[in-house]
Amino acid sequence: MVKELKRGLLFTVVMMVILGGGYHVVLWAIGRAVFPSQSEGSLIRRADGTIVGSRLIAQKFTRPEYFQPRPSGVDYNAASTGGTNYGPSNADHLEAVQKRLDAVTKQEGVTAGQVPSEMVTASGGGMDPHVPPGAAELQATRVASTRGVPIERVRALIHAHTEPPALGFLGRARVNVLELNLALDETLGTVKAAAGR
Amino acid sequence: MGTEYVAVCFTILFTIATSLWLGRYMFKVFTGQRTLLDPVLFPIERLVLRVTGVNPNEQQDWKQYSVSLLVSNIAMWLATFAIVSIQKVLPLNPDGIANMEPTLSFNTISSFTTNTDLQHYSGETGLSYFSQMFAITFLQFVTAATGVAACIAIIRGLAGNRLTQLGNFYVDLTRATARVFLPLALLVGVILIWQGTPMTFEGAVKATTLEGRAQTIARGVVAPQVAIKQLGTNGGGYFGANSTHPYENPTPISNFAETWSIAIIPMAMVWTVGYMLGRRRLAVVIFVTMLAVYLPMVTFAVAQEAGGNPAIAAMGVDQSTGSMEGKEVRVGAGLSALWGVTTTVTSNGSVNATHDSFTPLGGLMLLTGMWLNNIFGGVGVGVINMLIYVIVAVFVTGMMIGRTPEFLGKKVEAKEMKLASLALLWHPLAILVGTAIACSVWATTADPGTALAWLENPGAHGFSEMLYQFTSSAANNGSGFEGLSTNTPFWNMSTGLVMLLSRYIPIIAPLALAGALAAKPASPETAGSLRADSATFGFTLWAVIIILGLLMFMPVAVLGPIAEHLTLR
Repeated sequence: MVKELKRGLLFTVVMMVILGGGYHVVLWAIGRAVFPSQSEGSLIRRADGTIVGSRLIAQKFTRPEYFQPRPSGVDYNAASTGGTNYGPSNADHLEAVQKRLDAVTKQEGVTAGQVPSEMVTASGGGMDPHVPPGAAELQATRVASTRGVPIERVRALIHAHTEPPALGFLGRARVNVLELNLALDETLGTVKAAAGR
Repeated sequence: MGTEYVAVCFTILFTIATSLWLGRYMFKVFTGQRTLLDPVLFPIERLVLRVTGVNPNEQQDWKQYSVSLLVSNIAMWLATFAIVSIQKVLPLNPDGIANMEPTLSFNTISSFTTNTDLQHYSGETGLSYFSQMFAITFLQFVTAATGVAACIAIIRGLAGNRLTQLGNFYVDLTRATARVFLPLALLVGVILIWQGTPMTFEGAVKATTLEGRAQTIARGVVAPQVAIKQLGTNGGGYFGANSTHPYENPTPISNFAETWSIAIIPMAMVWTVGYMLGRRRLAVVIFVTMLAVYLPMVTFAVAQEAGGNPAIAAMGVDQSTGSMEGKEVRVGAGLSALWGVTTTVTSNGSVNATHDSFTPLGGLMLLTGMWLNNIFGGVGVGVINMLIYVIVAVFVTGMMIGRTPEFLGKKVEAKEMKLASLALLWHPLAILVGTAIACSVWATTADPGTALAWLENPGAHGFSEMLYQFTSSAANNGSGFEGLSTNTPFWNMSTGLVMLLSRYIPIIAPLALAGALAAKPASPETAGSLRADSATFGFTLWAVIIILGLLMFMPVAVLGPIAEHLTLR
């Protein structure tokens, strides 16, 4: 029995070195050499080096000149992710959906039937960086009028930032909200600058 | 939804096609034949066996094999329990994570040692990088390999003729780790990093968002763990949100690679068994029988999730893309349902959508996958579970036609049936008794909503949450209806025990059964023998799976998901 336990512990130690150590170091080295940006978390930096966020992680947007991401069950806290875990029949859940729906229809001046369900339901990780193209289109009027630019320019940006399904059929068409908002500021100017012009 | 159906079909077909190739590769590995990767991987295997002090030619009978299996797993448990308990002072802890509390450590380490990966903690705040690498990722390799080793030994027993030796546990364990899981994990790991899964030793990053808010983004040694969590049917996420987190599953390509990884080895094991027994037709019959359960479940779940939530439809919202609560845009409802069914039938338990927010009948499919636990199943153990059902089906057919039941030319007698029944019946016993105890604790506590505060959801869905937790523990699955607040001494201890017993009883009893069958002489099959490799037997097996595997769960299915479905409008 002692011999068995010794074998078990020796196996554990040698495998920890290979798997906990070696395996990780090999992938780390490949990542660093070939995919450096992805390895560190697909971060987006400004010209001065400050980090705006990650292109894969949703961030909170409330100002009217920006597109808004999907609702988050964890208030976009990227240090503690998760969904709402509401069951489909939960009264609290349905109340939350109704509240979001009222807010969206009021803010965008549309009817409930025009609102894609993605904009009133929380994502699984609470960090969904994308919205469907229809949900961006829904917000285009507000964004364009707040910024005082023709809606066509905003639509063109949405179109340029729409990723199709991979290989044409895997996953869904989607728009990255943070990248779209960065592009808005870049091509149309930030709102403060626009007001001063 | 049109392209989503195409994506679902393509994913399944691609996985089946590649499983044929991998099944043959694994057959070569476990029968000591040469493979292309030998020059790189054989030295690793030799090194591990030399350090461990194992003579590769040493043979073990079923008892010695079982003892090695259990004792090695105890050693892994002790070492990793120590790591998470003192992680605060160990290196690679840039975010200053504290030590884990003892009942949570017991649950966590039992969970990962049993290949369950049920998580009562959240990775971002509960584990240091060192623990993630040397405890969690390490266990995700070696416990998957433990399941494969047990399966290979059992197959040797079934194929044997007056055989007493089943092979050497450490040789099988090392081969499974170094020559099956390691190369596949490296491949999938690189694909994941390419798609955007982080692999960095640096701590959480502090960002200033476009609107000027502070956002702390947790990251870390993510890609290596995500690769093996899928391939080893482990399922434990690096982050609390598992593969719903964009870092764990950044794109549709990564989603495809991960869905493939969940099913590939469980599917390939069926072909490996066919090669090892020298009965490819039997493998085809078993594989098709599994598909005949799996495909209807996928179809039904996809339809349910694509249909949306009737209560939200009543508000007038456009739900043409399906039920999106708890789901991600880049994945969509259809591929979330495919993943959900695949991860529950295979005992994986990783999620790309929150299971708690599935539609009631979509959620019922997830429970069904774990109640059966033998449709492809966990790596190694899924095939073991299926072979138990095969033996029961042989017995049932034998009784019906009035002959002594035989499987692979060997008589199936009282001793074998007792062991098979033990392995088979433990599963519903653990689930139903566990759920009953949880319900009675809830019912006998005054003001349980405040005193216990377990359930996020009221009514039938709350019952489903408790049922799901014991089902997931007993199936060594690890997914959860995460609305249940499980980090309490009651849930940590009860599910910890269920996971341990539900792992080792259904491994050791079949090993004993294989030992008993191995020792028997194989008599040549005659025209009067029951042919297990026929379509008729496949249909019988299918019926036995549905009747024996599901009927006893009918009452709880009605009380939970079906009741919720009927009240939802």
